[in-house]
Amino acid sequence: MNAPHTWRQQAQRYLLEGVQCTACDHRMFPPRAVCTECGAASMRPHRFCGGGEVYSYSFVYHPPAGHEEFAPYPVALVRLDEGPLVAAQLTDVATDDVAIGLRVEMVTRRVREDSADGVIVYGYKFRPAIPPARR
Amino acid sequence: MSNPGVAIIGVGQTVVGEHWGRSLRDLAVDALLSAIRDAGSPRIASLFVGNMMAGELTGQAHLGALVADFAGLRGIEAVRVEAACGSGAAALRLGCMAVGSGAADVVAVVGVEKMTDRPAAEVTASLAMAADGDYEARQGLSFVALNALLMRRYMHEHGVRREEFAPFCINAHRNAVGNAHAMFPFPISADDFSRARMIADPVSLLDSSPVCDGAAAVILASVDTARALGRRAVRVRASAVGTDTIALHDRGDLLELRGAVTSAARAYEQAGVKPADIDFFEVHDAFTILSVLSLEASGFAKRGEAVRLGLDDEIGLDGRIPITTMGGLKARGHPVGATGMYQLVEATLQLRGEAGANQVRNAELGMTQNIGGSGATVVTTILEAVA
Ligand SMILES: [Zn+2]
Repeated sequence: MNAPHTWRQQAQRYLLEGVQCTACDHRMFPPRAVCTECGAASMRPHRFCGGGEVYSYSFVYHPPAGHEEFAPYPVALVRLDEGPLVAAQLTDVATDDVAIGLRVEMVTRRVREDSADGVIVYGYKFRPAIPPARR
Repeated sequence: MSNPGVAIIGVGQTVVGEHWGRSLRDLAVDALLSAIRDAGSPRIASLFVGNMMAGELTGQAHLGALVADFAGLRGIEAVRVEAACGSGAAALRLGCMAVGSGAADVVAVVGVEKMTDRPAAEVTASLAMAADGDYEARQGLSFVALNALLMRRYMHEHGVRREEFAPFCINAHRNAVGNAHAMFPFPISADDFSRARMIADPVSLLDSSPVCDGAAAVILASVDTARALGRRAVRVRASAVGTDTIALHDRGDLLELRGAVTSAARAYEQAGVKPADIDFFEVHDAFTILSVLSLEASGFAKRGEAVRLGLDDEIGLDGRIPITTMGGLKARGHPVGATGMYQLVEATLQLRGEAGANQVRNAELGMTQNIGGSGATVVTTILEAVA
């Protein structure tokens, strides 16, 4: 993964920034030019709050190149509170605690091994949500 | 648009396996020349080569010209077709368009994949390119993991246990025993299945098709040309591509496999048939969950009920809807871009009555379904025996 590739996705990787359709208000992640609901091609940026719950999950024992040092690691489809699903790794969680319906929140972590050109690739992962009282 | 006048007049295939001694071009040329011989050596006008990963795994692009050159067909029209794991049947679809439109008289289609030259992690990373590169693959989700997310959700919504997927693996291996081209021609027991090690929980080794090499080919001609050449023909009654979102997370309904619903519906419409008319079905069992979702999306079982077809042994050679009759992706093997063509070669053999020990009795109408990615491209083909 090269530097320009990592750099141009900063808003998605660090801020979970997607888009909202100006015609029907539908919210999408990642950004796309044409609304999946109404077909309009007019979008404004929308930053997702980062809260959601686990919709499905797995544990990767045979990782793709660039992810070996983290294996095995949990991955999930997370249903964001605003509606969309997002595919991501889970982190800071015990294997037995991973379950469909688990409340999670977005955090920033190293998502893969550093690339040959020295770029450290940070991005979103999700961890079990910390209840407000313990913050 | 249907393809009323297109026929398969020749087939060829290599054994599927880890071909350390054979190159991409060797395999493709082997299958292609076999198919041309089987068709009575007609003059080939066009060649379509289905392949997914030759660039990533063997450092070779430009497969149309390469295969034409080494098959002794220098000068003909030749291009590569890519639709991830659906590349093979997608190439057939283009071949049917070429013959059906009258643009070409006799067309060759070959699917080829050479996967075993690179280490496992690189193959895993290349396979993940079938998914959304930025938002699935680069998040660390392997292709197996995406299928695991489908399987987990299916088990959750329908109250299905992992062991209940075993019949799909057992049936595939049972059928591979009778296929001389299969990679794993040996039986698997329910115990083997429950004890198999996890690749991406709940997907185990025995839910998964293997990394391997292979090539398969068919020769297409108009029904009239086939008749003029005096060849045994199998007619292409339908060939239809459907697409869906590239990423799983963009599906409105994760377990519907919309691309398969669309592709199968188009194929049934082209052929003027319904699921009950189909005598056997070569499903894309890259993972057991895909067999299940494909059977449901194609109208052979209601939502959440395809697992029952396996448990009630309706999928065996004598069952209500025989599937993976020559071993499927699981046991014949899944050389990705060649898989769709293997399905078509096997279906043709069934309809010519040449499937040997695996012959489905009175097979007149066969269906194949080749799936790219986690369902983003689905190609459904319906073939008919011609008396
Ligand atoms: Zn809209």
